[in-house]
Amino acid sequence: MLILGIESATARVGCAIGGHEGVLASAHSSRGRRHAEALAPQIEFVAEQAGVSLRELGAVAVDVGPGLYTGLRVGVTTALSIATTLRVPMIGVSSLDLLAFPVALTDRKIVAVVDARRAEVFHASYRPVPGGVQRISEPAVARPGDLVAAIEADGEPVLVVGDGAAAHGDVFGGAHGVELADDSFAHPSAGSLVALAHARALREEFVRPDEIEPLYLRRPDAEAKWDAKAGS
Amino acid sequence: MTADLILGIETSCDETAAALVARGTDVMSSVVSSQIELHRRYGGVVPEVASRAHVELLMPVVAQAIVEAGVEDRAIEAVAATHGPGLVGALLVGVSAAKAMSLVWDVPFVAMNHLEAHLYAAFLEEPELEMPLVILLVSGGHTMLVVMEDHLRYRVLGGTVDDAAGEAFDKVARHMDLGYPGGPVIDELAMQGDASAIAFPRAMANDGWDFSFSGVKTAVINHVRRHPDADVRDVAASFQEAVVDVLVDKARRAARDVGAKGLCLAGGVAANSRLREKTLDVCVADGYRAFLPSRSMCTDNAAMVAAAAWWRLQADGPSPLDIGANPSLRLPVIG
Ligand SMILES: [Zn+2]
Repeated sequence: MLILGIESATARVGCAIGGHEGVLASAHSSRGRRHAEALAPQIEFVAEQAGVSLRELGAVAVDVGPGLYTGLRVGVTTALSIATTLRVPMIGVSSLDLLAFPVALTDRKIVAVVDARRAEVFHASYRPVPGGVQRISEPAVARPGDLVAAIEADGEPVLVVGDGAAAHGDVFGGAHGVELADDSFAHPSAGSLVALAHARALREEFVRPDEIEPLYLRRPDAEAKWDAKAGS
Repeated sequence: MTADLILGIETSCDETAAALVARGTDVMSSVVSSQIELHRRYGGVVPEVASRAHVELLMPVVAQAIVEAGVEDRAIEAVAATHGPGLVGALLVGVSAAKAMSLVWDVPFVAMNHLEAHLYAAFLEEPELEMPLVILLVSGGHTMLVVMEDHLRYRVLGGTVDDAAGEAFDKVARHMDLGYPGGPVIDELAMQGDASAIAFPRAMANDGWDFSFSGVKTAVINHVRRHPDADVRDVAASFQEAVVDVLVDKARRAARDVGAKGLCLAGGVAANSRLREKTLDVCVADGYRAFLPSRSMCTDNAAMVAAAAWWRLQADGPSPLDIGANPSLRLPVIG
């Protein structure tokens, strides 16, 4: 089965097409959050490079976040539109899962962190297991200082991966027991997305487009303020 | 390039809409999912709330538009979406969806100007509109006096120097605790009030083509503060009359000036009963035609996007796929 993977939850945007032969073609760019401009031409390019017509796709995979809201919406909307139009199922994968997957060859616990702006990060923890990683905490939002304090209190050595680490290098860099993954792993990759999605496709772990939901992890400010006022 | 059947998508503000229109005039379906209920408690559109809702609503709305039109996907020959002006996060949802569908179906993508789409709403009900035409485009976000000399050829005579007309309605309604959106509430109350009860200012009435509504808005707020027991129906009617007077007087002067064959209303405020009534009156008196699109075509919808796209595609061809959203896009004008 051919799968198109779309990934745009961080400052980078990318897509890839692949299947049982692995990734056939992929593209990505990081030109300053211009996700909406870059994505559709990338998909066209990747399909051409792979020698695949979009009509041959069997599923569409998408990074559902957490991440930057606008980028995330561009990726999710594009993926939803393609899957709905083709009438094929979807596979949603978290950006944090995508960050942990390529660094699975470690004996440390893995903490994936995505820059959430406003001096916060989205994060989740993983344990390496044969053939991949297993998530051991729910995706959440935290201040980097609080996350590092929790890691240090826990005492277990960790590998921190993701653009959240680079954005808060001063906090993560000097922390006790923290190793930082190489910069080349700082963004989720569309290739990893296709690989992960293919494994799920083999297990028939599909969802319908109406079951795909962006993982915002924060409510809109206006809503939070409203509830705070109503509750006071 | 021509494409007879166009799927239009509109997500520039708080309406998620999709429509199928043939040859720029035949509306085969027009589905609008309004988010008014989501934004009501905030007294205005919250961009992040709107953007999230568009992601959730757009695909079901598109699916419904296709089902209601009773066509097969493969009959769709182009996909058009509003790419500005509007809320950037909201616009990007529609633009991304339209590009994706155009890729899958291998049909042209057309990036549409929301203001131009509003100007084409009238043609959906009156395909044979004669030009030149003076169009008064009034909504929560825009106030423009436009001369349409021919298809796709516009001159902008004037705009607002401060609040948009619809914005003034919303702000006055909020101050008087009448709820959101303000337009329909004030319209309703005004029907039972005396429009000559209070003489609110008519700013810049005889002065150029631009509009200013912040003065009348402030005058109403001050009046209500000084006269807390004033009859809200009279205040609503007098305020509405002041706004409508300026709008219609200028539009009428413009129509006379350019020798217009007709005067046309567009935008959400064009649903206002007093504005429609008064526009009709001056057109009858001056001897040219009045075009008052139905209320559903005045407010944001996707049929107008598909209609304008039919003309744009013929003139300019498809839009490139690397186009983004432009929140401050302006109406393309001649000269
Ligand atoms: Zn509008």
